[in-house]
Amino acid sequence: MSKHHVTATVNGDVVEFLCETHRSLLDVLRDELNLTGTKEGCGTGDCGACSVTIDGRLTCSCLVLGVEVEGKAIETIEGMAAGAVLHPLQRKFLEHAALQCGICTPGILIAARSLLERNPDPTEEEVRYWLAGNLCRCTGYHKIVDAVLDAAREMRRQ
Amino acid sequence: MSATLKPEEKKLKVVGTRPIRPDGVPKVTGLARYGADYSLPGMLWGKILRSPHPHARIRSIDTSKAQALPGVKAVMTSADLPEHKFEYVGPERVAVNFWHMTRNIMAREKVLYEGHAVAAVAAISRSIADEALRLIEVDYEVLPHVIDVEEAMRPDAPLLFEDMITRGIEPAPDKPSNVSKRIEFKIGDPEAAFAAADEIVETSFKTAPVHQGYLEPQACLARFDPDGQAEVWASSQGHFVIRALTARLLGMDIGNLRVYPAEIGGGFGGKNVPYVEPVALALSRKSGHPVKIVMTREEVFKACGPAPGSSMTVKIGVRKDGKIVVAEGVFKFQAGAVPGSPVMNACMCAFAPYDIPNVRSVGYDVVCNRPKTAAYRAPGTPVSAYAVESVVDMAAARIGMDPLQFRLKNIARPGTPTVWGPKHTHEGFTETIQALMKHPGYSAPLRKNQGRGVASGYWFNNGGESSAAVHVNEDGTVLVATGSADLSGTRASLAMMAAETLGIDYDKVRPIVADTASIGYGHLAAGSRTTFATGIAVVEACKKVIGNLRARAAMIWEVNAEDVIWEDGCARPAGGNKGRFEPLSLKAIAAKRSVTGGPIVAEVSVNAGGVAPGFATEFCDVEVDPETGQVKVLRFVAAQDVGRAIHPSYVEGQIQGGAAQGIGWALNEEYIYDTAGRLTNAGFLDYRVPVASDLPRIETVLVEVPNPNHPFGVKGVGEANIVPSLAAVSNAVSNAIGRRMTELPMSPPKVLHAIDSGRAG
Repeated sequence: MSKHHVTATVNGDVVEFLCETHRSLLDVLRDELNLTGTKEGCGTGDCGACSVTIDGRLTCSCLVLGVEVEGKAIETIEGMAAGAVLHPLQRKFLEHAALQCGICTPGILIAARSLLERNPDPTEEEVRYWLAGNLCRCTGYHKIVDAVLDAAREMRRQ
Repeated sequence: MSATLKPEEKKLKVVGTRPIRPDGVPKVTGLARYGADYSLPGMLWGKILRSPHPHARIRSIDTSKAQALPGVKAVMTSADLPEHKFEYVGPERVAVNFWHMTRNIMAREKVLYEGHAVAAVAAISRSIADEALRLIEVDYEVLPHVIDVEEAMRPDAPLLFEDMITRGIEPAPDKPSNVSKRIEFKIGDPEAAFAAADEIVETSFKTAPVHQGYLEPQACLARFDPDGQAEVWASSQGHFVIRALTARLLGMDIGNLRVYPAEIGGGFGGKNVPYVEPVALALSRKSGHPVKIVMTREEVFKACGPAPGSSMTVKIGVRKDGKIVVAEGVFKFQAGAVPGSPVMNACMCAFAPYDIPNVRSVGYDVVCNRPKTAAYRAPGTPVSAYAVESVVDMAAARIGMDPLQFRLKNIARPGTPTVWGPKHTHEGFTETIQALMKHPGYSAPLRKNQGRGVASGYWFNNGGESSAAVHVNEDGTVLVATGSADLSGTRASLAMMAAETLGIDYDKVRPIVADTASIGYGHLAAGSRTTFATGIAVVEACKKVIGNLRARAAMIWEVNAEDVIWEDGCARPAGGNKGRFEPLSLKAIAAKRSVTGGPIVAEVSVNAGGVAPGFATEFCDVEVDPETGQVKVLRFVAAQDVGRAIHPSYVEGQIQGGAAQGIGWALNEEYIYDTAGRLTNAGFLDYRVPVASDLPRIETVLVEVPNPNHPFGVKGVGEANIVPSLAAVSNAVSNAIGRRMTELPMSPPKVLHAIDSGRAG
């Protein structure tokens, strides 16, 4: 099986990789680029654990082929903190105990950041509907919603 | 809103506060490593071939073409795993039969469900492994199958095991059946009591199997060396149990297998047993390479145990004054492909919330052509509680009592006998009911198409074997190592108890989950036992360290050790020496470790008794759309006796998560089979777990009635919360539409049907 050569930007850095035609961006991130923070919960776009942004757009990386991201800019959970400084969402998730097992957390953080970029002052209902594509089986979402709203408050003050 | 009811003022500095979890940062930055995140040089990808048939005899398996495919390094079948004796081992409630277990890991004579593993390959890439699976030729003789529990119990049902004689019936039946076991518990004289009751309510119920729905599919990495030593990195609820079961299934010594605990992406009981680990290890043994297996979501649904579906009948007799005088329940549970549903728990816990003098609980464990069921949060108990709490609600309505008042009048108290023998010994049940009676929401008015439902629930909780090591580092910081997997923040609660006991700051304590070669045995993180049992081990190890620190202070001061006390993180002179020396902090003593005897370390292992049960009472408000049958949960309030909340945020999180799973179980979730016995909704699109927009805020009330048998009063908190949830939602829906709902899930078509049959009637 021949592989394709792809060049893309991941978390601000230019990367090159080889991938088979049918391999998803998620597989590439995890197995070729060793960025295992993006998780596979379903492989069918139903759980949101593999959420990344591609050219700023929130996407399930399991639904995109690796060969499709040529020339595109991808942001993953590994690029969310500014160096050693956590993003307000990351900090608020810790303060609010908004994670239990943590496997859905990277995807939810990426999705929540995407929400706050578009809507810095969401209502609770808007948060719940925006995150409806991200499953969490541990928390019942209560503390996740609180953390996102609190992070939004803090980010509006900055 | 979260309320906490405290029976006494706390004098604790760390316990009861809400610090940041010590393992938090890697989990928000993506650096935490879960089961699928490990790799080794030279690693192969393992893949499992699964049966397309629900029931078939395997005539032959030809792996030669797969074996010949370039890049394939090993192909295995059940022939690569040793056979086991047919015997049930361990306590009846959790008995294991390795003859069954090895057949569930890899089919032998027959496949027993769609998705049953039949062979596996290891190859240099996933694509080659996938291609190799397609080259394996299995010759099946397809057999008739049976999915439903009632149908599986019929005398003419297809038999999964042609020689299975029901256990628990005297004399033993002379014909085989799919009923693996019948169990019965009885106190008093139910027949006479029913004859004397003023009112009798009896109803039958059905529930669908539901999946735990952990977001992380089963995954592991395994390495088997030519000298027989092996290592496994596994995401599980207990790496010591994975070690024991995997070693047994491979026929190797436990001492030759080291299991490292990966972070676990949810378990809820579903990761108590191995699925991929024995296969990956067998492939590694055969190929000589490390092998990684990561399940797909479809494999998780089809081959990793869901919680059983059921068919149940519950009958309750009451006096006019509201006293329940007799109760009877018959609980038929789908075990799945091999015996071992949690029907015994269901029978034991069903009526445990109440003081009822005459009770009979009968359970049937029934095999059928579905995946073998696995534990799920208070295994078996939410199902029986759903039936019982529905009938309790009907009985309250029949005699015209408020459902909480009715429960309070009948509540079990210390001294109340249980159906399995011992008397209840712990307080805390009544307080959860009283908490909800006082809740302003309980008396809030409802609008049209809305209903309110309440329910209570009991769960044993668990103690058992745990180990902890406490190392005082050179600078006075402390390492706490345990063998308990951290599913939900238990590193934090264990570190908090250590800090409280030692009298030092929380952030001076760093907890780890140690692998099987680095700490004494620890049982599963299951049964709500970690903060309770492992907590006891941690506190005992800290006390041992304190004894050591006092002795060293005594040596430095040249006094007797009994003249040194430990207070606020310091050794202080006491007795005749009181005030003679400046206190020595843990840090100061650690600095002098070399001249006072060397490293300061203690390891303690316990088999923790003194467990206190979990108890929860919940109410829920719903609104039913009369045009579509869709149910919206408007409000959910859960009161649980937690003993003492070590980290209240994570205790609230347990309750919120349990309630959310209960809501999903009640409204959406089910395994749907086609007539060919194939699962039609093996994905999160069609198997609908609750999403954020489905749920309301889940209000928690932490009732704290301390467990006197734990140093900080802990009762397990992980499971009791889901026990009443199914019934609370069902009672609310029933009240909203004025018709008794008797089947889960209450999906829109079923609710609409109930509404329509009411209209017709």
